[in-house]
Amino acid sequence: MTSLSTVRQQVLAGIDSHLVRRLAGPLLILLAAYGIVPLVADQYVIESLLLPFLSLSLAAVGLNLLTGSAGQLSLGTAAFMAVGAYGAYNVVLRLPWVPMLLAFVLGGIAAAAIGIVFGLPSLRLRGFYLAVSTLAAQFFVQWVFTKFSWFSNDNTSGVITAPQLRAFGLVFSEPTARYLFCLTVVMLLGLAAERLLATTTGKHFIAIRDNELAARIIGVPVLKTKITAFALSSFIIGVAGALWAFAYIRTVEPHGFNLDRSFQILFIIIIGGLGSIRGSFLGAAFIVVLPLVLSRLGSAIFGGIFDSGVVEMCQRMIIGVLIILFLILEPDGLAAVGRRLGPTLRRLLWRQ
Amino acid sequence: MTIYAANKPQLPAAITSGQALLEVHDIAVVYDDAMQAISDVSLRVPAGTITSLVGANGAGKTTTLRAISNLLIALRGRVTAGRICFDGQDVARLRPSQLVRQGLVQVLEGRHCFPHLTVEENLLTGATARGSTPRESREDLQRVYRIFPRLRERRSSRSGLTSGGEQQMVAIGRALMTRPRLLILDEPSMGLAPLVVRDIFEVLRALNAKEGLSILIAEQNSTLALRYADHIVVVENGRDVLAGSAKDIRENHNLERFYLGEAALTLADPDTKIDPSGSAGISTHGE
Repeated sequence: MTSLSTVRQQVLAGIDSHLVRRLAGPLLILLAAYGIVPLVADQYVIESLLLPFLSLSLAAVGLNLLTGSAGQLSLGTAAFMAVGAYGAYNVVLRLPWVPMLLAFVLGGIAAAAIGIVFGLPSLRLRGFYLAVSTLAAQFFVQWVFTKFSWFSNDNTSGVITAPQLRAFGLVFSEPTARYLFCLTVVMLLGLAAERLLATTTGKHFIAIRDNELAARIIGVPVLKTKITAFALSSFIIGVAGALWAFAYIRTVEPHGFNLDRSFQILFIIIIGGLGSIRGSFLGAAFIVVLPLVLSRLGSAIFGGIFDSGVVEMCQRMIIGVLIILFLILEPDGLAAVGRRLGPTLRRLLWRQ
Repeated sequence: MTIYAANKPQLPAAITSGQALLEVHDIAVVYDDAMQAISDVSLRVPAGTITSLVGANGAGKTTTLRAISNLLIALRGRVTAGRICFDGQDVARLRPSQLVRQGLVQVLEGRHCFPHLTVEENLLTGATARGSTPRESREDLQRVYRIFPRLRERRSSRSGLTSGGEQQMVAIGRALMTRPRLLILDEPSMGLAPLVVRDIFEVLRALNAKEGLSILIAEQNSTLALRYADHIVVVENGRDVLAGSAKDIRENHNLERFYLGEAALTLADPDTKIDPSGSAGISTHGE
């Protein structure tokens, strides 16, 4: 018995240290995100880097559930963001007694409903054909918000100005406050998405992506699973759209949610790593930060010599080349690089 | 060929009497509303037997099996004539997921795993599809690991990284997790080493003998089919052209050579001799 209990102790100790090691990285990141960033980051960094980074990360998390995990290609991401943003805006506008957080949730639910409608073709269509049908969502939603001014409180061009962020009796108007608000929402939904992938539903997503026929024949409810994937994904993307509108740019027009935005988020998950929640954040960081860094570098070095338009074009080309190179060298995305570097870093840290 | 199709020998009375677990009556299948894949196939799987569907490439074996699992809609095909009954129920009215709950499960041709899920996660999809309780899932997992000890060793490997034989075991194990009454396998021997194939067929035979699991196997390799099956149905050009007990068919050399092609049986394998007792199948030297 004594040997058994010592074995158990050893096992428990093993689990403990294993858990601590696994949680150390995320905890450090959280500590930095909540404790250090708000002290260090100035308004520019928050407004033009962190807020778009967080909103796009969340949208990428949503799309990654659908495209990365469940294998359903979608080009309607920006449309679902728009539905979330305009949905939340209209709830706040027309039902002033509804708390703003609940309005975000309702915006997300509106996006989920639209996502289900445009996800129905996925029962018959696959791959590029499905992408084309989600493209319909992209054009339809943008058209609706431009055409029917009711959605934008009778603004003829469809522009809405989001009210101040409020939750729990607090007003989040300072950039730092908006950053913390965004961070919390993104973190909670990110964790929820990560948990989801560990559940049976998450496994069914992967089963359908890996082999739809085999999933069907073993009895995975393909129809239900696909619709669930569209609904959950669109919900998260809708909330991301609401964050984008309320916390980041605050004056939104339908044109801001165009096809370019959908492609941008698709590129984020491809570069970050399909099917990886962590990859969504890494990809978003890459797509948001790199252009700014290049632009700073470009204008600092070549600003005096070349026309700013030329520098701008060169940046785009450099980004394109980098993406291609990166995808050739690491087809599984930034998340795979992280997976490989993670253990090495951890070992280095824990040895000291 | 059609001459022989018309003279199709009748099934022995012992097989036709009573209702079989699976009955396929004169089905025809068309893909894309244009391509006739099967024009007239009938077969029956009596409970507790191993039945093998034998035929060359393109004869219609896979299409027949897909019709039985009601998978054709997903493949743009449909049954245009005939009827398929599993345990007295019309299969056409049941979705594949409902069929699994009723006890009919199929292992597709070519080792269809979910490569990004681990071996154990692959197996568990069978349990969740059936609606097993956690306790049942655990029991069934242990059972599958007893049947395929290799899978226990590889339980936490991604199934995409396991060998072909292991993937076939995963596919069969996943089907067993649904606690089937009828297990359908499409060419389980395809692309596998002879020893692995033998192991898999021995497992199937043991499941049939010990647990009374009914099995329907489509198999191009007629030697294997004759060795392990109780009943044989031969399909050719979308029709069933011959049916009978494996013993009958073994003894009828002319028909074998005619329907099973030049490579079949005695011609290709001169060492093969017929077991006089008839029940244990064909024994070969070296076994």
